[in-house]
Order: sequence, then C-alpha cells, then structure tokens
Amino acid sequence: MLFWQILIDGFAISSLYALGATGFTLIFGVTGVLNLSHGAIMVAAAVVAWAVAGSFGFGAYAAALFGVATGFSLSLITYVLIVRRLQQTRAIREEEKEIFILTATLLWGIMIQEAIAYLFTNNAKTVMPIVEGVVTMLGVRTPANEIFTAIVCWVAIGALWGFVNRTRAGKALLAASMNPRGVTLLGFELSRIYIAVWAVYGALAGVAGVLLGMFLGVSSYSAGPLTASAFSIVVLGGLGSVSGSLIAAYVVGYLETVTAYLVSPAYRAIPALLLLVVVMYLRPRGLLGRR
Amino acid sequence: MLARILQSRAVWFSLLAAIVAATLPRFVSGYVLGLLTVAYYFGVFSMAWDLLFGFANEVNFGPSFLIGLGAYTAGILDNLYQPPIFVCVAAGVAAAMLGGVALALPALRVRGPYFGLTTLVAVLMLQNFIVVAAGLTGGEIGLTVPDVLSIDDKVNYWLALGFMTISGALLYGLSRSPVGLILQASGQDAVQAGALGFHVVKHKLAAFLVSAFFSGLAGALMVFYLGAASVSTFVDVTVGVQVIIGAVLGGRRTILGAALGAVFLIVAGETLRPLGDLATFIVSAVALVVILAFPGGLLGLAGGAREAA
Repeated sequence: MLFWQILIDGFAISSLYALGATGFTLIFGVTGVLNLSHGAIMVAAAVVAWAVAGSFGFGAYAAALFGVATGFSLSLITYVLIVRRLQQTRAIREEEKEIFILTATLLWGIMIQEAIAYLFTNNAKTVMPIVEGVVTMLGVRTPANEIFTAIVCWVAIGALWGFVNRTRAGKALLAASMNPRGVTLLGFELSRIYIAVWAVYGALAGVAGVLLGMFLGVSSYSAGPLTASAFSIVVLGGLGSVSGSLIAAYVVGYLETVTAYLVSPAYRAIPALLLLVVVMYLRPRGLLGRR
Repeated sequence: MLARILQSRAVWFSLLAAIVAATLPRFVSGYVLGLLTVAYYFGVFSMAWDLLFGFANEVNFGPSFLIGLGAYTAGILDNLYQPPIFVCVAAGVAAAMLGGVALALPALRVRGPYFGLTTLVAVLMLQNFIVVAAGLTGGEIGLTVPDVLSIDDKVNYWLALGFMTISGALLYGLSRSPVGLILQASGQDAVQAGALGFHVVKHKLAAFLVSAFFSGLAGALMVFYLGAASVSTFVDVTVGVQVIIGAVLGGRRTILGAALGAVFLIVAGETLRPLGDLATFIVSAVALVVILAFPGGLLGLAGGAREAA
C-alpha cells in the first residue's frame, strides 16, 4: 500500500520536475545560458492562471492557456531585453559574461517575484485544476489531477522530443547546441534559432508552472527554491543533457518522496543534496554530461 | 608598489569617505548608525567575494556558506560555553577557513558553472543542516547569543567601520601586490600562468583562504553585533545574492567598489522600505539597469575603472 503510494506520488512529482528541468537544460545546452529567473517565470505563469480563473471567471482551460502565454512572453522578454544585450555587448570581457548573465537573470527573477508579491500578495495560490475528483489505482486513492499532471508532462516532453528529432527547425536547434559555427556556415540564422529556443523554453516553463500551481500550489516565495531544484536536477543529470535531466528528475523526485514518507517531510531535501555533493566530487559533469 | 597605490584616486576617495563616515555618529540617529553598521559588514562580505571573482576568476555562489560557518560557529560556541568573545570569533574564522578549503578543492578540479553549482549546493547543505540540528543551532527560529560586542551604538558603529576600513586596505593592498597580479594571471589563463612558473594551485588556495578569513571574521563579528544568528540573515541564498550583487554593482575587480556597492544596496533597500514589496523590486531594477548599461559598476561610472583595470 505504502509502496504503491510512494510509487504513484513520486512519479507525479518527478514528472513535474522533469518538465521544469527540461526547458532549463535545453536553454543551457543550446545557448549556454543558465537562466536564474526560471523559478520566477514558472511562478508567474501559475499566478496569472490563478488570477485569470479567479478574478475574471474564465474556465480552467482558458486560465491554463493564459498561464502558458505568460511563461512564453516572459521568456522572450528575458532573452531580448537582458540575455541578448549582455551577450552582444563589448563592454564586458567574454569570460566574464557568464557571471553577468547569471546576476542579471537573478535580478530579473527577483523583480518578477516582487512584482507578483506586490500585485497578488505572497499568499499561496492553487490554480483551478482542469480535472477534478479521485481515482483509486492499485488500492491507492489518487487525485485525478495528479495523474493528469504526469500525463501532460510526458506529452510535453514527448512533443519536445519529436520537435527536436523530427522537424527541420528542431534539428537546426540540436545542431546549434553541438556546433554553433557549423550551423551558421550551413546558412542558418543563429539569432533566429536562439529566439526559437527561448520560445520553446517559455512554453515549457509556462506549462510546468501552471501544472505546479494545480498540483501543489505556488507563492512568490517558491521562485527561489524552484530555480534551485531545477538547477540541482540539471547538474545531477549533466548540464545540457536532456535525457540526463529526465533521469535525474526521477532520482530526485523519488528520493524526496521516499524520505518524506518513510523518514520525515522535514528532511525531504537532504538526501538529494547529499547525492548531488557526492556526484559533484566524483563525477562533476553529472550522470550524462558531455564535458 | 606603495607609491602606485598612493597615486590611485579611488584610495584617496575611500580614505576621505572613511573619515567622513567616522564623524557621522555626531550627527545622525542610532537607527541610521545601526543600519550602516550592518551595511559595513556586508561591505566586507562583498570585498571578500570580489577577491575570489575579480582576481582568481572563481564564481563563488556560496559567500553565505563561508559567512554562515563563521557566524554559526562563533554563535554556537558562545551559546554553549561563553568563552571570551575573541575565542568565539577565532573559532568562527577557523571554521570558515576550513570551509574555504572545502570549497577550493572542487574549484581546482572543475571550471565555470560547475564550480558555481558546487558552491550553491554547499549553501543549501549548510542551510539544511542548521534546520535539522535545531537543538544546537536554534534551527529556523535562530540562535541567541548571550554576549554582544558592545551595547553602545556608536562603539558598534566605529568597530564595524574600522573593521571594514582595515579589511578594505588589506584586501586592496593584496589585490594590487605582485601576489594579486599572479592571482589575476592564474584566473585568466591558468595554463600560461603555470608555464611562467607560478604555482597556480597554491595561489588560488590562498585566495580562497583569504576570502574565507574575511567572510568568516565579518560573519562572526556581525553575530556579536546583532546578538543573534538566523538562517535568513547569514546563510540563505538571498544573502549570498545580495553580496554578489553588491560587488558587481559597485564594480568588479576593484575591491573598494564592492564595499561601496554593498553599502549602497543595504541603505537603498532600507530607505525604500516604506514602499513594501516594491522596495526590493526597485533596488533590483536599479541594479539590473546598472549591470546592463554600465557593466563597470558604480566605480566604473565614476571613472575609477580605467586605473583599476
């Protein structure tokens, strides 16, 4: 009974982690940017969905759509207004750009977070779920929403996989992550590929944020921890490796769920952190990292 | 070298600022003094961080790991046994330096973002440990320390100012010394610096130790100023972020700019406090605009970057 419960709960949480981390690692793999406003963008998507459903009386689907659109637009704004400017400026030495992008996206994330707190207060908010009710699976009473979350996550990850491996634009994107100069020589506009990656990332972060809002609820305080968990999952899996992130998301999700059920919810983050430290010392490039 | 330092405008300006600041207790209220006291400790945090980033080129996301180790070691020791304050502070510094070595080990193996991540994990570990070991550390509620540096605002203020001035002078001197140049060379191109016969590992390790020394010392002293230690004032990632933003805002690779940026950040945050949640928004927005428009930071704006670069 407990075994099945851990298995099902862990699966839903891990799927959500996987979706959140996928976009994050995609951006790093293709553009070399670690976007520290990740958590804030997810929270913004969820809070907008909540506000649209609550204040304007739209249905759950329309609310979710608005949420995803928010993630999408914020991601493009992040790229065009902040990341691209820093990448193209000549006032900063190349090797220092990394820290500038990290600092700038972090500040941007704090701005989004504070704007949310100011406009919508920092109370926890739960987005109106698209599916309601409870299903009994393997003798465990599971909210239907939890199953829905896992399914949507996998559909989104599957869509991303199909896009990257089966479409021309996706293949160009994959190529850009391997060798940007080579792609340019083949006549692809690198700047358009980057815009596309940030658009895809924004949609993924939006979906992940809205699902998170339905499943666990969010507040403006969640932004930092969300970025941190995406960060640690991505490091564990290997920076830039999408399949590594997926595996790592399940490792972290299950470690947390097992700890929460069998030991105490207070300790849930610790085993994953310990694992992360061990991995950093023994295999700094992560499980499936390239470099 | 000494002559070159004395020619720098930034040094004379800082000296003047320190003298003006020393006379402040005659004019302003205890509230302002308390605010500035905290700001000065943050100034030291940022300067210690700038030594690692600006010179050794190591992006340390965990300044609050070193600060927290110093603060909590000193606080716990005082809470348990009440030895003289300087013993607690010395223990805090020692713990922070051990932490510095622990951070330096992966830094010598992995580069760039990977190292940044290890340091971030170090902060999260420390934070979790403090919460779990609540019996010893006070957990999420915080730790109260029975001793304080002084109960007089002015004495506390002068102590913090003096501490920041001396730390600034030492760190600035170090960064402009031959050792600082070797450090900079090792940070920019470790292979070439090694080929020139400099011991890169030794210099980087030394940079970590110095940075940890000042972070730990400032953290431990701040505990005895506040009379309490809590995760949100010393260890939380946001504390580290504030330290980093202060240094980048003031101007990286300048040491003195880092102190300026940190003090500005704390004072601006407090001045805007009546605006509530908007205060942090505005401070972050200002910092973001400075970073985007003037990457040299406040000191770069003032024209000090040319001589510092």
